[in-house]
Amino acid sequence: MTLLDVENLWVKFPTRQGIFDAVRGVSFTLGRERLGIVGESGSGKSMTGRAILRLIRPPGIVTADHITLEGQDLMTLSERDMRDVRGQKISMVMQDPKFSLNPVMTIGDQIIEAYRLHSKSTKAQAYDKAIAMLEAVAIRDAARVMRAYPHEMSGGMGQRIMIAMMLIPNPKILIADEPTSALDVSVQRQVLSIMDKLVTERGMGLIFISHDLNLVSEFCDRVLIMYAGRIVEVCDAANLHEAQHPYTRGLLNSLPRLDAPRKRLEVLKRDPAWSEAPSVGGRQ
Amino acid sequence: MSETQTLRAWLLTDAPTSRRHAKLASLYKGWLSLRSNSMAMFGLAILIILGLIAAAAPLLAPHDPFFQDLGNRLGPLGAEDHVLGTDSLGRDILSRLIYGSRITLYIVTLVALIAPIAGLLVGTVSGYAGGWIDMILMRITDIFLAFPRLVLALAFVAALGAGIENAVLAISLTAWPPYARIARAETLTIRSSDFISAIRLQGAGPLRIITKHIWPLCISSLIVRVTLDMAGIILAAAGLGFLGLGAQPPSPEWGAMISEGRRFILDYWWVATMPGLAIFTVSLAFNLLGDGLRDVLDPKDSGQ
Amino acid sequence: MTFGSVTVTMLGLLFVTFIIGRVMPIDPVLSIVGERASKSTYDAVYNQLGLDKPLLVQFFYYIWDVLHGDFGTSLLNARPVADDIRRVFPATLELASLGVLFGIVLGVPLGVIAAVRRGSWIDQIARVVALVGYSMPIFWLGLMGLLVFYGILGWVGGPGRVGIFYVDVVPSVTGMILIDSIIDGNWTVFKDAFSHIILPASLLGYYSLAYVSRMTRSFMLEQLSAEYITTARVKGMSERAVIWRHAFRNIRVQLITVIALSYANLLEGSVLTEIIFSWPGIGSYITTALLSADMNAVLGGTVVVGLIFILLNIFSDLLYRVFDPRAK
Repeated sequence: MTLLDVENLWVKFPTRQGIFDAVRGVSFTLGRERLGIVGESGSGKSMTGRAILRLIRPPGIVTADHITLEGQDLMTLSERDMRDVRGQKISMVMQDPKFSLNPVMTIGDQIIEAYRLHSKSTKAQAYDKAIAMLEAVAIRDAARVMRAYPHEMSGGMGQRIMIAMMLIPNPKILIADEPTSALDVSVQRQVLSIMDKLVTERGMGLIFISHDLNLVSEFCDRVLIMYAGRIVEVCDAANLHEAQHPYTRGLLNSLPRLDAPRKRLEVLKRDPAWSEAPSVGGRQ
Repeated sequence: MSETQTLRAWLLTDAPTSRRHAKLASLYKGWLSLRSNSMAMFGLAILIILGLIAAAAPLLAPHDPFFQDLGNRLGPLGAEDHVLGTDSLGRDILSRLIYGSRITLYIVTLVALIAPIAGLLVGTVSGYAGGWIDMILMRITDIFLAFPRLVLALAFVAALGAGIENAVLAISLTAWPPYARIARAETLTIRSSDFISAIRLQGAGPLRIITKHIWPLCISSLIVRVTLDMAGIILAAAGLGFLGLGAQPPSPEWGAMISEGRRFILDYWWVATMPGLAIFTVSLAFNLLGDGLRDVLDPKDSGQ
Repeated sequence: MTFGSVTVTMLGLLFVTFIIGRVMPIDPVLSIVGERASKSTYDAVYNQLGLDKPLLVQFFYYIWDVLHGDFGTSLLNARPVADDIRRVFPATLELASLGVLFGIVLGVPLGVIAAVRRGSWIDQIARVVALVGYSMPIFWLGLMGLLVFYGILGWVGGPGRVGIFYVDVVPSVTGMILIDSIIDGNWTVFKDAFSHIILPASLLGYYSLAYVSRMTRSFMLEQLSAEYITTARVKGMSERAVIWRHAFRNIRVQLITVIALSYANLLEGSVLTEIIFSWPGIGSYITTALLSADMNAVLGGTVVVGLIFILLNIFSDLLYRVFDPRAK
């Protein structure tokens, strides 16, 4: 079943040197699945995630034939109606909890706020719900964490709090934008498996944006590979190592593999034709 | 034509061939970005005109600024021969304004030389030496920063005696601490950078490192700060003049002219209004230029 | 600021004023005993003032006196300087407080709107307002205000705190005439005092507004580009809630510092304003003393204003610790 259908999405930024196209005609669908979007920095993967939530601020320009969520075209919604989509239907976890949590509000206040924006509930109900949600992301001593400020938390804890906060209104889709890049390697897996578990349990769609091919192939069902604002290849995560596109191949060959060790890793060689070629459809 | 084309290309190159080339190229690029800021250019134009007026004062002034004509006191605007009227002693206001620009430039130039240089000395020594020297110097800086500037300047002038040189000294004494802070902060970052270690390994002494390597790098942030402070310096000097503690009569200092015109403000408003407009124009010009320079030299703080 | 550095700064402040007092070209003994005093009278006063002691000892005497609220006697009216300052200070406080109030009430919203609608016409206006404020000599603007609103339009009272018929009508409780007239219930005096204070207070308020709005704008711009703002938007918050509940909450602490600094600047700015408006505050007091070479009064005034500066700094520092969870 298709949750989200994106057709011909463009994100443009006017600059002094003319218009810069960050995303160039991207189309894909998302079902109850885990969809990975992989690409290097500047490939437009983050912009794609933000454009779906209509978070690109002027002077940035977003155009699309449609971004359909449950039969509703997000592009045609008013800003007010869009606010009901954000959080409640589509949510997003960002890269670094150090910056994505408000430093002068307690964690409790921030989670409760996220819940009460979309549900008519008393403060006490919201509090209980927040505690339950914190426990769901494996935070012990949730009552104490509720009173704490973000700077008192470690990175891994911060990101789990972020996940709790974003999942508490029970959205259909979660966009995770490099959710573990800022974390210590030791806690990356833990955070990812918590996120994975919750998303699967709730039957949500997940868009996992990352530059890390290994991570994506492990945690996703399907992968879109983006280059210079376009989708250059779509493949099942399980078959990622059989990818055809020279860019994907180049990325794979530049990574070390335990099962196929090599003396020397390759350096990615770019072909200008890649960025000229039309986008591949990410539909299913 | 082609000559200028190549010069432009030479200046805009991405691959400079010598140190001088790189320096000129970066200056030129800075100038280009400053030139695209029309407000800054407007400020610069005013200041250039001010400089020209001050230089050519004897040629431009229609009258002797000190010549009194008691029969023609407080003449109105647009009067024959006195476009901006005359003051309470019948002196031509326009001529006094023109000569007054010299005093303004004199004060601003002196303060803009004394205060940043003093600040640069204190700041770099403090930052480079560290330890107890740093502590003492910074504590002194804090003490001066804790004083309200105008009140401190007043007290200094009171102690030193009224007069234009003492006003310059008093304003400089209150103006140097922010420069010392800036220079110290810059020194601290530069001091710990690798290229300084490399120079030290080559055997350069502290004196050489400070004067040849740290000072040049502090200059640009100091220039921005000085340009932004110029307006404040002009206003402080005018304030002292207004209180009768700066330039003494019959000197045509703008603040003193306002003070003199103040007595007649309700009946002969232009006598005090004209010098005020002059002060406003010049300090506005400095502020506009300063904003533009900050955008070019120090983009991280820019308001845009 | 730690307690130690505050103490050192205060000592430094006293030391500077002490030195200024010593390098003065005026002989304090002569100004007490007069030109024609005999050598023995001169010496007696010289010793009495402690001028025969070493400088360091004199400095300690000076600190001792200041700590006991003794700034010496005014050479002009032979009254203790401390009493004079106590008498004139409320007038300055009243003026500066009203000015800061103007600056906050108008400057903070203006700065926030300018940041949120960056590049819009309102941002441009805010920019021009600030630029003009930074470039205009305050005493000249005051004169122009008097000329237009008092001389031509007649909308406000002229110089002074109240009209001549209302001087000393209400008993002085706080020394601030607006409050005193409310306490007394005398609305005629209140109205008159208000019409006198409104112009100088708006003038000071304008300078405060220029500063506060610029700083607010740049603080807000910094916060609005922060990632937690995106988080708040992702939650589905309205833009107004994002701005006031999230971004503004983060600049409150910085704003407190700016407002304290602006208050300190206004106390200083009132020196020139008070002269234009014949306002009997500490600024007028210092300048009058200055012009009549009454050094004790000048230094006493300077020390008091300097101490207020330091106290305001400590105060904003304390509030910082209360409001910012990261400072604990």
